[in-house]
Amino acid sequence: MIFMDFLFAFIIGGLICAIGQVLMDVGKMTPGKTLSIMVVAGSIISGLGWYQPLIDLAGAGATIPITSFGHSLTQGAIAEAQKHGWVGVLTGMFEVTSSGISSAIVFGFIAALLFKSKGKVN
Amino acid sequence: MVIVFGQKPSIIASAAVAGPLERKSVFYSYFDSVVEDERWNQATNEQGNVKMIQEACQILLNKTGLNRLDIDFFLAGDLVNQMTPTNFAAREIAASFIGLFSACATSVSSVIVACLLTELGASQYAIAGASSHHNAIERQFRYPIYYGSQKPATAQWTVTAAGFTLIGKHNPKNPSIVAATVGKVIDYGQKDPFHMGAAMAPAAYDTISRHLEKRKQQIKDYDLIMTGDLGKIGLQILKKMFAETGATREECNIFRDAGAEFYGEDPSFLAGASGSGCSASVYFSYVLQQLKSGRFKRVLLVATGSLHSPLTFQQGESIPCTAHAIEVTME
Repeated sequence: MIFMDFLFAFIIGGLICAIGQVLMDVGKMTPGKTLSIMVVAGSIISGLGWYQPLIDLAGAGATIPITSFGHSLTQGAIAEAQKHGWVGVLTGMFEVTSSGISSAIVFGFIAALLFKSKGKVN
Repeated sequence: MVIVFGQKPSIIASAAVAGPLERKSVFYSYFDSVVEDERWNQATNEQGNVKMIQEACQILLNKTGLNRLDIDFFLAGDLVNQMTPTNFAAREIAASFIGLFSACATSVSSVIVACLLTELGASQYAIAGASSHHNAIERQFRYPIYYGSQKPATAQWTVTAAGFTLIGKHNPKNPSIVAATVGKVIDYGQKDPFHMGAAMAPAAYDTISRHLEKRKQQIKDYDLIMTGDLGKIGLQILKKMFAETGATREECNIFRDAGAEFYGEDPSFLAGASGSGCSASVYFSYVLQQLKSGRFKRVLLVATGSLHSPLTFQQGESIPCTAHAIEVTME
């Protein structure tokens, strides 16, 4: 049922974002702190083995929020650690996430070449 | 400390310029110039801030027919690190220059220093004022604008505007500064930089109440007591503080705030405007024109400033604030 996929993506994705909004509005967290907490939380939940079921259920609802970056860090570290021992924790962390980090740099660079930042106009 | 100026230095002319978004301001029609490009056609926002200051000062000179060499002192400040926009603008203005940092209270602290130099006989003409540039200040104090960071409803919107005045010897045709109160630094332990109205209101209360006490005046003696950028919430706190010490509702209505009114009721500007250009552009356009037209006879301009930096906030320190006041009259 494709409709159920959409529904769970909406609910889980919305729930993760709502937690972030509560951290900012009620917890008075800065955007930087909120971001870090979400990444660390995603990483810990992933280590406990709970994040993958969330992705299976909600798809993009769980992979798009920043918590999924924490999940990728943990999974990369675990996978490499199984192959190469403790040193794999260090080499593995950015193995899965490297494409995300590199594309942030590459697309950021392209956007900076093509566009000029502007303030609010209306 | 309340200073009484025996020679009543006058505000000979004033100029206010603003950025493109400030077309939305309720004070728009009082500004001398509103630029189309938010960077004033410069490469960076900071260079735009420099141009904005230079343009305001040039308008000031054009209004009076004076040459820049006639200016004895240039006293001004802004909110960028080391106040480079003002420092860089000063190299064009070529007058003796003192950069002043009272954060958003610089509009008034610069006028106080100009009045002191005029009383001393050291200055015939002094330019005083302040400016702020939204994009440059957001980068300085919070996040670069393209980061698109959210702000809570208590936060305020830094204006892109500059206001400058020419202070000279007493002239009964112009508004004159009869007294001033230099603010103390007040800190009630408020730590939230997105709620600065609450941090600054006690400083405004302290300066206003001391000014009235030392001058043996009442709130009613003024047509207007206008704070700088307390914003909508900060103004309510200030009114409440005065109401609790016996001010009537009618007296509380004499209090207004440039930041609270600046963008009208538009909710996208949150709790109102802020920035050193906020009080400067409103005081030195709207308020002075109302004095000249005779609608106001005596006003108290109380510019408020919060004296924190991004670093002190990150280190968990509270926000010390100040407020400086000038009493301006029209004969």
